[in-house]
Amino acid sequence: MLDRIKEFASTFFVTGDPLIYGADVAIVMTIIAVVSVLTYFKRWKWLWSEWITTVDHKRIGIMYVIASLLMLFRGGVDALLMRTQLAMPNNDFLTPEHYNAIFTTHGVIMILFMAMPLMFGLFNLVVPLQIGARDVAFPFLNSLSFWLFFWGAMLFNMSFVIGGSPDAGWLSYPPLSGKAFSPGVGQDFYIWGIQISGIGSLMTGINFVVTILKMRAPGMKLMKMPMFTWSVLSSSLTILLAFPILTVTLALLFIDRYFGAHFFTLDGGGNPMMYINLIWMWGHPEVYIVVLPAFGIFSEVVATFSRKKLFGYKSMVFALMSIAVFSFTTWAHHFFTMGSGADVNAFFAVTTMIIAIPTGVKVFNWLFTMYRGRITFPTPMLWTMGFIPCFVVGGMTGVLLSVAPADFQFHNSYFLIAHFHQVLIGGVAFGYFAGLYYWWPKVFGFKLHEKIGKWAFWFWNIGFYVCFMPQYALGLMGMTRRVSTYGWDTGWWELNLVSTVGGFLMGIGFLFQVWQILHSIKFMERDTTGDPWGGRTLEWSIPSPAPHYNFATLPVVTGKDPWWEEKLRRERGEAPAPKPPLEPIHMPKNSGIPFIMSFCWFLAGFGLVFNWLWIAIPGFVGVAACMLAHSFNYNTDYYIPVDEIERTEAAARRAV
Amino acid sequence: MANGNAHAHTHDDGHHDLESLRLMGFWIFLITDCILFGTLFATYIVLHGNTAGGPTPAELFKMPGVIAETFILLTSSFTSGLALLSMNQGNRRGLIGWLAVTILLGASFITLEVTEFIDMVHEGATIGTSAFLSGFFTLVGTHGLHVSLGLVWMTALIIQLARHGITPVTRRKANVIGLYWHFLDVVWIFVFTIVYLMGVM
Repeated sequence: MLDRIKEFASTFFVTGDPLIYGADVAIVMTIIAVVSVLTYFKRWKWLWSEWITTVDHKRIGIMYVIASLLMLFRGGVDALLMRTQLAMPNNDFLTPEHYNAIFTTHGVIMILFMAMPLMFGLFNLVVPLQIGARDVAFPFLNSLSFWLFFWGAMLFNMSFVIGGSPDAGWLSYPPLSGKAFSPGVGQDFYIWGIQISGIGSLMTGINFVVTILKMRAPGMKLMKMPMFTWSVLSSSLTILLAFPILTVTLALLFIDRYFGAHFFTLDGGGNPMMYINLIWMWGHPEVYIVVLPAFGIFSEVVATFSRKKLFGYKSMVFALMSIAVFSFTTWAHHFFTMGSGADVNAFFAVTTMIIAIPTGVKVFNWLFTMYRGRITFPTPMLWTMGFIPCFVVGGMTGVLLSVAPADFQFHNSYFLIAHFHQVLIGGVAFGYFAGLYYWWPKVFGFKLHEKIGKWAFWFWNIGFYVCFMPQYALGLMGMTRRVSTYGWDTGWWELNLVSTVGGFLMGIGFLFQVWQILHSIKFMERDTTGDPWGGRTLEWSIPSPAPHYNFATLPVVTGKDPWWEEKLRRERGEAPAPKPPLEPIHMPKNSGIPFIMSFCWFLAGFGLVFNWLWIAIPGFVGVAACMLAHSFNYNTDYYIPVDEIERTEAAARRAV
Repeated sequence: MANGNAHAHTHDDGHHDLESLRLMGFWIFLITDCILFGTLFATYIVLHGNTAGGPTPAELFKMPGVIAETFILLTSSFTSGLALLSMNQGNRRGLIGWLAVTILLGASFITLEVTEFIDMVHEGATIGTSAFLSGFFTLVGTHGLHVSLGLVWMTALIIQLARHGITPVTRRKANVIGLYWHFLDVVWIFVFTIVYLMGVM
């Protein structure tokens, strides 16, 4: 009996690597620490009723941000492990198998469990406030989206201590990811982790499209929406059209692995190339999904810190929407070398070049917004300034890659690695950091410490160039991606070492950010104005943090920068419009169902990963029971009475 | 920016707004479902010739059963429309009755489809036989799964209608399920044409 348990444990848990044992210890210690702190301070009920069951978009946004920063830590550790391995030739710090697992999890985590949730966090924190709404269109669904992401991410992350990590690359091309070549459970963790969180992403897309189209404050016509809201709309529409393809693709891969079907196998008439087409029909729009909101953030930040209205509003909207459309026409440029023929390659090369045009339009709009503005450089603006040159260079190398004949040289080399890190770090990560610093005081009521933030920025920015510029050269020198080691005779050593140093500089930048957040929580003064930056849009017109119901009375919008215009009117001494009488506010009730239902999804996924139907079937039954329980519940909302609104508003005004 | 109550929500208005939001949300969900089926159709079309030495569509499909399924599902779409007409006349019993008929027809459709699948498996045509059959079972099966979910959902709605009567909430739910049902009908027309008719052509 004991032997059997031992045998089971040795396959169930990942064994044999000191790094993994270290992680095991760290995970157990963290869980013990969290449980004891919650128990000691008697915070379990608080956690359940204030956070886990919340349907408030502001709290859901905060949870998204916390989760994504944790994932940034894990993805970053993966990156540094890889850079350590590559720092020296013939290094044996990581085995090739372990290296494969790490580059796979690094990519998946950074895109799907770091960038996406950080983006959804900002959607949640900002959009309802910016359009003068009291919540998103479907608060229950919003909570469900978050918990699906959370449990999907948990499922994916546990693979490195239980069962074994996926190791077939971040997009897991078959036949390598098929049952024949990846018989282990890692690939199934990949499928179900992404599938479960992907359902959540799809629902968030639906939620924000309806929120933005139907819940704007009176007077806010589409062409008066703040640019960030426009970017969220374009990103959400892209989610709607792209994510179902991901759902199907992963489902087909699962059916291949689980039921022995022949979609992507080499035998039985299957076609692995079809997977590569399908996954990039989602995957290419996906990179625009994450970068479009960053463009929106830069537009807000540039206008605020230049004290000018955004230059070229209409062209900006046009650029956002045309990128969203064109993002669906470029997918094959990820595999020019597959042999689709010159005509197909030419088509996708041209569409790829076309998409650079609206992106260029945006860069000029930001530059002209700054032109003759009264520019200041607090941290959000610094990240924006770091972004512009970085993204321009990244975009240019992208255009180089789009030249199909030349791509035969660049394909899957470090040139490509450098290119997409430049647009994803320089574009997406810098953008979300700018947004996080910019809206932080609105969310928490205090700014982040500026000086530490500047240290963080410079470490990140310099570290970025030190890390990735050498990789362009390495790519041209013939270094291909995903090699776990190289010899002395290649001549790649010096540049790789420099690149590793750059990676660690970014790691230090991240530590500065952690320090900055902890320091600011303890020492930063409360912002009592609700408008610490001199903002232009509606979110800055209410106290920070926003009251539970956001707006006591719904604002009426007359221009593109409603709060800025209101401030100008007040400066001119015009009397503010009389406030209408308060009315009871209709709000949704908290619910535990999203958490429980997502946990059931987690169980179902876990059961299918190990082919343990005794877990999977109860999991699916639980999901169905939760759906029915929600459907039969007619007691889902309540009204906040007028006197409570008055008390809250009075307290907020006392703070002013 | 000024403050105003141009959009003030009276209690009834609040509910009305909420239900129209949910209806719109469902329309958008249907767009995503369209893409889901579109992807499955594309996969099927790419793979349908790859029979890998196994049975071909012409050998496998038995059209009388499929035509029966098609008429049953089309009729159920009609009866679900009659259900909504009853609802608009405020006739709860008519609404519940027509929904029950729709469920019955939907269940017969599923029974026929499952029987068809079982027959194929007995003939040795399984999901693992060839890429064509992988695509076939997945596409048609996904449609069948949608229909089955719709049956459970409709049953739940009937119970709610019996409890609460026709309210703004149940009215929206009935409208939503009507949309869903018609959508599945349209998808079936494509399945019937592309998979079955073109398969035996």
